[in-house]
Amino acid sequence: MNGHAFARAPRLNIDRILTDPRVRIIVCTGAGGVGKTTTAAALGLRGAESGRNVCVLTIDPAKRLAQAMGLSSLDNTPRQVPGVCAPDGSGSLFAMMLDMKRTFDEVVEAHADPERAQQILGNPFYQALSSSFAGTQEYMAMEKLGQLHVRAEEEGTWDLIIVDTPPSRSALDFLDAPARLGSFLDGRFIRILTAPARGAGRGIGRLAAMGFGIFTGVLSKILGAQVLSDLGAFVAAIDTTFGGFRERADATYELLKDAGTSFVVVAAPERDALREAAYFVERLRTDDMPLAGLVLNRMQQVDDPQLTAEQAASGAQLLAEAADTSAGAGLTSALLSLHAQRMQLADQQLHLADRFAAAHPGVPVATVTALAGDVHDLDGLREIGELIADSANP
Amino acid sequence: MTDRRWPDVALHVVSGKGGTGKTTVAAALALALARDGRRTLLIEVEGRQGIAQLFDTAPLPYEERKVAVAPGGGEVWALAVDPQEALLDYLETFYNLKRAGSALRKMGAVDFATTIAPGLRDVLLTGKAVEVVRRKLKDEPGAYDAVVMDAPPTGRIARFLNVNSEVSGLARVGPVRNHADLVMGVLASPATAVHLVTLLEEMPVQETIDGIAELQADNLPVGGIIVNMTRPPVLDGDQLAAAVAGTLPVQEIADALAACGLGAHGGEIVPALLREAVDHAHRVALEEREMARITDLVLPTMVLPLISGGIDLGSLYELAEILADQGVGPERAS
Repeated sequence: MNGHAFARAPRLNIDRILTDPRVRIIVCTGAGGVGKTTTAAALGLRGAESGRNVCVLTIDPAKRLAQAMGLSSLDNTPRQVPGVCAPDGSGSLFAMMLDMKRTFDEVVEAHADPERAQQILGNPFYQALSSSFAGTQEYMAMEKLGQLHVRAEEEGTWDLIIVDTPPSRSALDFLDAPARLGSFLDGRFIRILTAPARGAGRGIGRLAAMGFGIFTGVLSKILGAQVLSDLGAFVAAIDTTFGGFRERADATYELLKDAGTSFVVVAAPERDALREAAYFVERLRTDDMPLAGLVLNRMQQVDDPQLTAEQAASGAQLLAEAADTSAGAGLTSALLSLHAQRMQLADQQLHLADRFAAAHPGVPVATVTALAGDVHDLDGLREIGELIADSANP
Repeated sequence: MTDRRWPDVALHVVSGKGGTGKTTVAAALALALARDGRRTLLIEVEGRQGIAQLFDTAPLPYEERKVAVAPGGGEVWALAVDPQEALLDYLETFYNLKRAGSALRKMGAVDFATTIAPGLRDVLLTGKAVEVVRRKLKDEPGAYDAVVMDAPPTGRIARFLNVNSEVSGLARVGPVRNHADLVMGVLASPATAVHLVTLLEEMPVQETIDGIAELQADNLPVGGIIVNMTRPPVLDGDQLAAAVAGTLPVQEIADALAACGLGAHGGEIVPALLREAVDHAHRVALEEREMARITDLVLPTMVLPLISGGIDLGSLYELAEILADQGVGPERAS
C-alpha cells in the first residue's frame, strides 16, 4: 500500500505555469533548509529560457547560489544575469537580494518630505525596527514584491516575478507578519502613545482609560521613558505621511490572492518539512490563495526498483556468510547492502510523501532527486529546473 | 564531576541549519547529561512543540514538566517558553505586576512587546532560560544540573543570543537594558556553550563555519560541533576508487549475484549497482571534504549516525548513549 496515494497525486506541470502569460508572480515557500531559494532560482532560469522576462527576488541566498546567479553584492536592485535567454533570443533573467533596511528607508523617503524623512530615519526606534524586528524582513519582502510588481506592470520590464520567502520561524510568518506590523502601526496602542493623555482617554473608551495610567506606568518601567518618547515621535512622524501601513500590507496581501499569483510549496521528504508544507497548503486553501503544487526535493534516486531492499539485504547476508571469501563475493555483498540502504531510504520517503498525498489529495506534486553536491552555477540550476519539469511526465 | 566534556557549563544552546535535526540532538544531549540521577531541563523557544512530538507527549505548557527518565535514574524535564507568558512572568518576578497583565493585553501592549518591539522577544526567551540557569549558579531550589535549549537556527543564533546589541537601539538605559545586561552576563560567560548541529553537506557546513565566526565576533562561547545523520561508507577506499574509475569487476559481481540467488534478475542489476557505487563514491568524497572543513575549525566534534526509519523515543536513548560514548555527561558507573 506504500506509495498509492502519492502515485495517484496529480503531477505538477511547472512548464505550463512558467509559460502561462497570466501567471505574474510565483511564491516559493516552505520550511528552512529544504531548498526554497534554489528552487526559486531554478524556476527563474527555466522561465527565462522559455521566453519570460523574469525577476527573482531572493531573501537570504547561500553565497555560492548567489554567485551562480551573478549576484555579488546585496544592493537591493535587480541585476540582469548575463547570457540567459530563450533559444529565439527572447526572455531574460534578473535577480536581486533583499536589503531589508534599505527597502524600509526607501519607503520612508518616497512617502515623506525630505525633512520628515530625515526625522524618521534618524529616530532610534525606527533604526531598531528597520534592522532587527523579526517580522520586518517578511514585511519588506512583501513591500519589495509589491514594488517590483508595479514596476513590471507599468514599465513591462518583467512579466514574471519569482520570490522566495524569508527563513522565518514558520513559513506562515510570511503571510502574517505584514498584517501584524500594519495593524500595530495603525492600532490603538500606537494611538495611545501618540495622543495626549486626556484626548486618548476619551478616544479609547472608559475601560482602556482606566488602565491607561497603569499602562504607561508599566511601559516606562519596562522600556524606560526614553523608548516611549522615541516610539511616540516615530509614530507621529510616520502617521502624517503614510497612507496607512495596514492598507499597504493589505494591498500586497490581495496581490497574493490574485489569480496571477501561484504558490509553490517546497519540502524535503522529512517529517518536519512535510508538516510545515501541510500547514501552508491548508492555509492557502483557507485564504483562497492559488496553490500550484508541492516540489519535493532531495528524493533518493532508485536505480533498479525491481530489486527490493529485502532481496538485496538477504543476498548481501548470504554472500557475507558464505564460505566463498573471494573479493567478488565481499564486494557484491557491499554493493547489495548499499542498494538495500538506498531502497529503504526511498521507501521511507515514499511513505512520508504518501501520508502527505493522502491528507491533501489533489495537490499536484513534483519530485527532484537528490544531487550529489550543491548548486554552483547556471548548469546546476538548469538541471534542477529540468527535474522539476520532468515530473509532469513520469 | 557533572559532565566530563563541559564540566562548567550550565546552559547548552543547540543550534543548526534547518533540517539538520537540532531538536533531536538537543533532546539526546539533555538525556545524556541526565544520566545517573541528574536532572536536566530541555527548553524550546520557537513555539513548534517539537519536544512534545519527540517525547510523544501532549503539547507542553509554559511550565516545567518531567518528560523522560534517563538511564541510571536521571530525569529530563521540558519547558516550552512562550514569549507572552514569559513577559507576564517577568513583570511578576521583577515588578510584582502580574495583575497589570490583562490591561496590557487589551491595549495590544503584550503583542507589541512580544512580536514587534525590536529584540524584546529574544530578551524574554533567553531571559527565561537564564533565570532557570541562575538557580544553579545561585544554589537556589529548583535548580537543574544542566539546561539545554533548542535554539533558533544557525543563521539567526548570534543575533538571538546577543540580546545586548538587540536592545541597544531600543533602550540605551533603563530596566530593559539592565535585564539584557544580566542575561548577557550569563550567555557570554563560561557557564554557556553554543553547539552547532550540521550534516556533512556543503551548505550546512558553510553555515556552521559562518555561524561560529559570528558567535566568536560577538564573544559568545562556542561549545562543540555535532555532525548528525552520518552514514559510514559501505565500500572501502580501493572499491570506491575502482567504482569511480569504472574498473569494478563486472563478471565477478555477476557471478556472486548468481551465487546468492539474484542471478535471475538478469543484466540490469549489475549496471544499477555500479551506478549506485559511483554515486556512493562521490558522496563519500564530498563528506570527507566537508569533514575536513569541520576538523579545520579545531573544536570539540561529536558524530551521530543516521537513524533509519525516523526518530522515535527509543532512538533518542540510542543517540544519548552515543553522545555519552563521546564524553558527554557523567563518568559511567562501569
